[in-house]
Amino acid sequence: MLTVEDLDVWFGHAPERVDAVKSASFAVRQGESFGLVGESGSGKSTILRAVAGLVDTWSGRIKVGGETVAGRHRSRGFHKTVQMVFQDPYASLHPRHSVDRVLSETLHLQGMVGIDARITRLLDQVGLGRGFRFRYPHQLSGGQRQRVAIARALAAEPKLLLLDEPTSALDVSVQAEILNLLCDIRAERGLTYVMVSHDLAVVAHMCDRLAVMRQGRIVEDMDAAGLRAGRAQGDYARKLIAASTRYVREA
Amino acid sequence: MTEMTTRAWLLSDAPQTRRQARLGALYQGWLTFRANRLAMVGLAILVLLVLVAAFAPWIAPQNPFAQDLAQRLQPPSASHWLGTDALGRDILSRLIHGSRVTLFIVGTVALIAPVIGLFVGTVAGFAGGWVDQVLMRITDIFLAFPKLILALAFVAALGPGIGNAVLALAVTSWPPYARLARAETLTIRRADYIAAARLQGAGPLRLLIGHVWPLCVSSLIVRAALDMAGIILSAAGLGFLGLGAQPPMPEWGAMISDGRSYILDFWWVAAMPGLAIFVVSLAFNLLGDGLRDVLDPKEGPR
Repeated sequence: MLTVEDLDVWFGHAPERVDAVKSASFAVRQGESFGLVGESGSGKSTILRAVAGLVDTWSGRIKVGGETVAGRHRSRGFHKTVQMVFQDPYASLHPRHSVDRVLSETLHLQGMVGIDARITRLLDQVGLGRGFRFRYPHQLSGGQRQRVAIARALAAEPKLLLLDEPTSALDVSVQAEILNLLCDIRAERGLTYVMVSHDLAVVAHMCDRLAVMRQGRIVEDMDAAGLRAGRAQGDYARKLIAASTRYVREA
Repeated sequence: MTEMTTRAWLLSDAPQTRRQARLGALYQGWLTFRANRLAMVGLAILVLLVLVAAFAPWIAPQNPFAQDLAQRLQPPSASHWLGTDALGRDILSRLIHGSRVTLFIVGTVALIAPVIGLFVGTVAGFAGGWVDQVLMRITDIFLAFPKLILALAFVAALGPGIGNAVLALAVTSWPPYARLARAETLTIRRADYIAAARLQGAGPLRLLIGHVWPLCVSSLIVRAALDMAGIILSAAGLGFLGLGAQPPMPEWGAMISDGRSYILDFWWVAAMPGLAIFVVSLAFNLLGDGLRDVLDPKEGPR
């Protein structure tokens, strides 16, 4: 479904150039849920942005469903296949657009027909109901906003969903709701997820496989069972797991 | 009782239709605006100005052009409430008719300048690169001249007259709007909601008009309302210098200019139109302050 080979992403020019991602390679199979974990600044979100076409300073090879993409330009087919949910639901919804406007514009752009019925269905699917249709973002809580953002991502009926820390800006109780919603949607639609998170517990719950990143490099590839059992090859991954489990026990 | 339910309908947190949501948002804004007393005073003055301008021929006690040299330079009295000018014309009637000229100037400049500014600024900010460079250097050139001097040069080239004065004012007052719109656009274009729309396949034109403009417009409106006072003064300045409205048109700035020669002995000839300019400018400033409370996207979660 998604193949990333030898991906380098950088920002800025020579003296102040920052290499955010260095020769990262991974592959995600159809229907799989793949996690990217690491501390903040390790380049995990940058990989997603490069895949989505929001960054143009990258080299290497990105293949989505057999289609090789380049630079920032993405085809219409790509937009129908790949969608993204952003980290901060307070920043990812236009402050002057109502839920109705957001969803109908999205559906219109994706060339859907029967927009009215689809909006109702999408809202039901993300657990909001039609009462929320004409609200503006400032009339919604953080969790409700993220549900709208998920509905927007689902509107195109994509196959691959890029999740950029979808719960890190939310309260703990709301986090669980959103994670369960994402799990249900994936089961229902057979979606492929690539999820970025710094929370190992979330990744263990959501993902089949994961890659650990550090300073722009992928330092470890493991599966969820290995993560839960605490089996890690590398030093850094072991430390990361140890740190997170200790935190959980003491809390 | 129905009033209460209308209010509840407007303030509902879960509007049922597009119309209800839009009206509700407007009503919220009105409530915020109404809470600002001074802004309401400004609004009241401006509504009054519009009414006076609309019904000028019926309100004005006398013909603003009728000269009566026997009655020249009369102080305010029962027959001439604000006195008469050097040609014996009733100052009150001239002020009332002059309100039309003022509204024409303000309205036209307010329609032209922010629109040019919005267009230039958002395109520059959104496109970036050489487009940004070219548009902003042009803006800098306009900003490098003092506004009134540039307007003077325009009027001198185009010929004196109220239409040319308005055009000159509009052409010289757009650069600050362009700067403002560009600054707003630079912060908006990196936002996640723009990225999300891009991911849906939205083109640059749709992003610019549907996503960037709605966020820029409110600060431009506020800025325009606050600038109106300056525009009235600039128009009056052009009129005062004899390059704006031509006699016998009752333009407030030109009226002050007429009264200049008698300012020590017959103070009301210059003071009355001056007072009118002062009141209307103040009203626009108060209105602008109130609008900022309502519209500024940085204030509050709206």
